[in-house]
Amino acid sequence: MKGLFLGSAMLASVAAFATPANAATEIQWWHAFTGRLGELLAEQVAEFNGSQSDYVVVATHKGNYSETLNAGIAAFRAGEQPHILQVFEVGTATMMAAQGAIKPVFEVMAEGDAPFDPDAYLGPVKGYYTTTDGKMLSLPYNSSTPVLYVNRDALAGAGLDPDTELATWEQVGEVLDALKAAGHACPLTTAWQSWVHLENLSAWHNVPFATQENGFAGLDTALAFNGPVQVKHIQTMGDWARDGKFIYAGRRNEGGANFRAGECALFTESSAGYAGVKAEAKFDFDIRPLPYWSDVEGAPQNTIIGGASLWVLAGHDAEEYKAVAAFLSFLSSTDVQAKWHQNTGYLPITLAAAEQTRAEGFYDANPGTQIAGEQMTGKAPTANSKGLRLGSFDQIRGIIDEELEAVWAGTKTAQEALDTAVERGDALLRRFEQANR
Amino acid sequence: MQKRVTFKGWLLPLLLVAPQVVVTAVFFFYPAGQAVWQSLFIPDPFGLSAQFVGLGNFEFLLTDPYYRASFVTTGVFSGLVTIVSMGVALVLAVMADRLIRGSGTYRTLLIWPYAVAPAVAGVLWLFMFNTRVGVVSWYLGQLGYDWNHVLNPTEAMGLVVVASSWGRISYNFLFFLAGLQAIPRSVIEAAAIDGARFWTRFRTIVFPLLSPTTFFLLVVNIVYAFFETFGVIHTITAGGPQQATTILVYKVFADGFVGQDLGSSAAQSVILLVVVGLLTIAQFKFIERRVHY
Repeated sequence: MKGLFLGSAMLASVAAFATPANAATEIQWWHAFTGRLGELLAEQVAEFNGSQSDYVVVATHKGNYSETLNAGIAAFRAGEQPHILQVFEVGTATMMAAQGAIKPVFEVMAEGDAPFDPDAYLGPVKGYYTTTDGKMLSLPYNSSTPVLYVNRDALAGAGLDPDTELATWEQVGEVLDALKAAGHACPLTTAWQSWVHLENLSAWHNVPFATQENGFAGLDTALAFNGPVQVKHIQTMGDWARDGKFIYAGRRNEGGANFRAGECALFTESSAGYAGVKAEAKFDFDIRPLPYWSDVEGAPQNTIIGGASLWVLAGHDAEEYKAVAAFLSFLSSTDVQAKWHQNTGYLPITLAAAEQTRAEGFYDANPGTQIAGEQMTGKAPTANSKGLRLGSFDQIRGIIDEELEAVWAGTKTAQEALDTAVERGDALLRRFEQANR
Repeated sequence: MQKRVTFKGWLLPLLLVAPQVVVTAVFFFYPAGQAVWQSLFIPDPFGLSAQFVGLGNFEFLLTDPYYRASFVTTGVFSGLVTIVSMGVALVLAVMADRLIRGSGTYRTLLIWPYAVAPAVAGVLWLFMFNTRVGVVSWYLGQLGYDWNHVLNPTEAMGLVVVASSWGRISYNFLFFLAGLQAIPRSVIEAAAIDGARFWTRFRTIVFPLLSPTTFFLLVVNIVYAFFETFGVIHTITAGGPQQATTILVYKVFADGFVGQDLGSSAAQSVILLVVVGLLTIAQFKFIERRVHY
């Protein structure tokens, strides 16, 4: 303890002597990345810090997404909040509702005189974090969308053509039948069931997930994912689960381990799972767009994103916000974005980064990596496919997980389960509305 | 009649109990009071505003069938954890007590699991029972049993009970062993000379004489099952499948820290406080009477 005190006193005095007349402005960035993603993030920070001498960004890991958000909230309550907080997409409504706690990105950029063109960002990515009147509140950072991964060897092993069409769920159903008939133990598995099979399913088929434009138009939104399209899909999945064609592995991305080990033939997962599959899979695989039901009019529409964005928190000096603006425009620069996209499998968040990646020949060398981007941008987003903005959404996802598990276990029909999930979720939405009135 | 020693005057006794009162006030009454106060509001997560709802949070909770079901889940879970961890520990302690050689090694080995943090224990058990790559589930598969705690509520409950009890067995074992060794040998030998066999001696002499230890462990283990098993549940099932393993404490965490619903979370901790208080009073009132000191 004494040593620690002495040490910090020495550090402080060294810092006092070493500080030049115009000290660099230090800004704090709290994030949720570890492993490879954490290293890539640290590289970005080091590159920014090395590129100029006015500002220093200090990045700190604060646990997983939920923990990072909690750390940010707790710090805000204590008056110790960081400048930039990485918040996952389901925390978006919570952040947006916290008017006094955030400083919208468009404001930070305007005040900081940073070059900023909201139209440079991919529409569906931008839309998720933008108000209905077009103001960008947080900066998209890591965004992904679900795609279908195919184990080509498994298809060939079951006597199927590995290039067989898998564009629709009807076609997927036939392939699952064939795999099952050939004795395959795990024809289909998934990660993030609510995100892929309800949230994206709804957007992909242009049906509402919730009223009030999926929550974009107001806090008085109610869940609506118990419509015929969703019920049909979940019931079909439930039937597949009963017949051993769909194997449920867990609520998060547990299924990924099974797919990468070669146990499962088909796998619906985030495009950001690409790096892991590529590194580990000892079989021939490819990536297909997320399937759709061919009998739904207007499908496929476009899929929505998952991932996180960067929120600027209120309560700091103008000079510090200038530093934040400089850093955020560095992060959205084309080179940084193109590199991030190619290394991680996350979507490029700007059109220019996507173009550059294409021009560099990355998509030709890594077939399938362009699919996520195409799936997002194929059509202009509608009110049903802009994204979701629901309060308490982390908990609502938990409820959906629970009810879906009842369907996979065969104890509830899809209609019963989704009706219950809607009812339980609505109760939380009403509480959120009350808390943020 | 007990002889009572009394102080003259009030100052000295007050001074002597003051540190304890201060500690209790700062670390217990103040936070508990805060929880009660907060349970009357629905605040926003950032603490920018709060709305007074009176008993609204309690009404919201008690009309929620999933919250009421959580009481049953908690009862089943704590009951099983207490029975399993105390039962196994008692058997092991009785056996260790009879050992003459190698008892030191045996005891040390039995104490080890206590050093493993609950969350780590959870991960260990999760690995063994992982539905796809787990060693145990693989062997069960070979025997024709399809283990799937991810979907099967009974198996999920079984797994968290075993994982929670495992580390606790060491703790209980220590107390039981100490309790057994405190029983005078002469009493047991006298019974043996009278012709009482092991089981009769255990039932009529050892177990009754062990009752203070058993009672202490009962209280401590129930409190453990209520509050400290969080790490195990968080790592193994996260409360699923379908809330089958969502005990009251886990719901406090899920609503408060995941859901940012601090009003409901505060109301739940108040309810929990009342439940544990009542439980402890009941234990002291009804079970302690049968304990021989």
